[in-house]
Amino acid sequence: MPVFLTAEEYTILTSVCSRLIPSEDGRPGAIEAGVADYIDILLGAFAFDPPRIWGAGPYSGRHGGEAGFDEFLPLSPFEELAWRTRIEGSLGLTEREPNGPVVGLQQRYREGLAALGSGFPELPPSEQDSALHAHSEFATLVFEHACEGMYGAPEYGGNRDLVGWRSIDFAGDVQPRGYSDAEVSEP
Amino acid sequence: MSPGSTTARDFDTIIVGSGPGGSAAALALTEAGRSVLVVEKGRNHLIDLDDPQRLIQRFSNDEIKFGARHFLGPDPIVEPRTFRVSEAEGDRVHVGEVNSVPTTVGGGAVHADGKVPRFLEEDFRLRSERGPVDGAEVVDWPLSYDDLEPFYAQAERLIGVAGAAGSNPFAAPRSAPYPMPPGPAMYVARLTSAAAERAGLHPYPAPTAANSEPYGGRPACNNCGFCSFSGCPIHAKGDPVAMLQLALLSGRAAIWPETFATRVVIERGRATGVELLDQTGRRWVESANSVVVAAGAIETPRVLLLSGVEHPLLGRFAMFHFQTYVAGHFPQRLHVHRGRAVTHVHDDHLVSDSASLRAASAAGLPWIRGGMVEHAGASLPIEEAKLYPWGRGHSASMAASPMRDHLGALVMQGEDLPQAVNRVDLDPTVRDARGVPVARVTYGPHRHELVASEHYSGILTDVLTDAGAEWTVTATSPMPASPLTPYGDLISPIPASRHVMGTARMGRDPADAVCDPWGRLFAAPNVLVADSSVFPTSAGYGPTLTIVALALRNAAAFSEGP
Repeated sequence: MPVFLTAEEYTILTSVCSRLIPSEDGRPGAIEAGVADYIDILLGAFAFDPPRIWGAGPYSGRHGGEAGFDEFLPLSPFEELAWRTRIEGSLGLTEREPNGPVVGLQQRYREGLAALGSGFPELPPSEQDSALHAHSEFATLVFEHACEGMYGAPEYGGNRDLVGWRSIDFAGDVQPRGYSDAEVSEP
Repeated sequence: MSPGSTTARDFDTIIVGSGPGGSAAALALTEAGRSVLVVEKGRNHLIDLDDPQRLIQRFSNDEIKFGARHFLGPDPIVEPRTFRVSEAEGDRVHVGEVNSVPTTVGGGAVHADGKVPRFLEEDFRLRSERGPVDGAEVVDWPLSYDDLEPFYAQAERLIGVAGAAGSNPFAAPRSAPYPMPPGPAMYVARLTSAAAERAGLHPYPAPTAANSEPYGGRPACNNCGFCSFSGCPIHAKGDPVAMLQLALLSGRAAIWPETFATRVVIERGRATGVELLDQTGRRWVESANSVVVAAGAIETPRVLLLSGVEHPLLGRFAMFHFQTYVAGHFPQRLHVHRGRAVTHVHDDHLVSDSASLRAASAAGLPWIRGGMVEHAGASLPIEEAKLYPWGRGHSASMAASPMRDHLGALVMQGEDLPQAVNRVDLDPTVRDARGVPVARVTYGPHRHELVASEHYSGILTDVLTDAGAEWTVTATSPMPASPLTPYGDLISPIPASRHVMGTARMGRDPADAVCDPWGRLFAAPNVLVADSSVFPTSAGYGPTLTIVALALRNAAAFSEGP
């Protein structure tokens, strides 16, 4: 089950992501990387304690050291104010709107997915693309997050089985091993 | 000692800001026997304050955390700034991120890739050496390179700088070699620096505040590539960790993170303390005999304006470096994500020559000056992915990587002339989440910067082509404003350079300067400004080492009393 989205919203989002970063010619895309999970976990970050905003580190364990990316850092009160405002919106709370109301990511996703409609996943790809172009502001928002979910650390819910990094031959986080001097200087 | 548990005058001096300037001031003052309190509005992810020998391990190779999610702050949703190119645009045209240097213990140095050059002798005497320019207030500094040299040497030892003395023919004299040899050259920098040499230029290993061997109890850099805009997971970057550790180990310093300075309390030309605001909303005045403000060249004028400091030039002469990016596409993969981000630089475009004088003359300017050119530059895949259009072909673009793994860059940090119209002031209505007026930046480049960029970008394009680039592209930041220029994007009228300077310039005459030649406010001499706010001109070099050297010099003098 998704963390924040409804099952129907999750299905629409999955289709949207698959058009933004399609699987093509044997290369993985947003579906294989689980990009919709990355976005759903961001929208539902405060369902976890600590919230899933910042992985702790310093190492993931993929290149030595103890795995620490899958623990998350507690936020300070000021940081929690920032992230709750960003995700949930200002909701009329005075402390969240010193300069006026803020529409949160949850509402933007909810409304954006509703505007595309429950029939979106069944449309032919060309019509899906037309619908996304017609809702370009929402498409741009999802695309930015899709890039993060595709090529960011897997502990945030995307880049499943490192398919994003593997498809571009990128080792990702390499601490504490690092790269040798020869790997830096030679072709 | 925790915030609020103290009584009056527990500290001789309160320092606002824990970046390179505040850290250096803390060290110099504690070495002089003074007790200091450093207040930092951001969080502490750097040093175990109970056991300063131990460093916190919270930095990681994580592009989501550092690149997309504001881990080092400031988060523009709670701490916005505003921007306009000129007063003609109205109160503001942009609210949000404007030139955000980290708000965290360690300040801007935590995210910097640690290029720490000294300035040239000419940088301290630009007016005398080059002469005036219409529309700008080019001045000499109230001190010379020779005055600062011993402090440059001390700063290099403290931070731990890797470099090669004698490798830059334009460098000013040094009293000591670099504490460490240079680290390994990036592959692409080997290609471009060889081409630069063929063009008669003089590239040299970039003086870098990352250990090339174990130094100061911290390990050697292992080339992970997450240098720019990230904290170092293994603390191989020495600035400002080393100075804060030494200050804390003296037993005469405390750091209070997550503590915001709302104003310096100034009565009849004397500071008596700082009003502080903590995370719980508690507001109180902490007393002290003197105050150091080192909050960066945007936040320093903000807090001084909030403190009621009156000087017609406070906030004026804001400068950024005018950045010229020339990028070239190479047929082979360059693995620019390995290494220290920038490993070579050249300084030739800071030095006057007949070609630059001809270009200046053709544009009706007396002279032009460029800046240090950085070879290479790191780039990571999320940043790259956002550059390609969505849809079919995106994964193919990422696999082919024309905009990252095949891209070699030369970046010039061009001299930005000081103009009175470029300024930081308080936005009339926009507030941060604490309810405090935010800084508003009003900034547009002088024609000098545009002409210099145009002239030197041609030279850099030829270098990249000779190095093997199949095609090149040139961009600048800021991008000159036009109705089509978007605000807030990567390339916009808002300068992307994190090198922020001016706004409380120092000089000999209170009619021309906000601070005296030792960095003290003319309006309140027991307030020292210890960051790049005091720079009278911008030079064409990253400001960090000069911030540290000046803070060491000025804080040592300040410890003897105003």
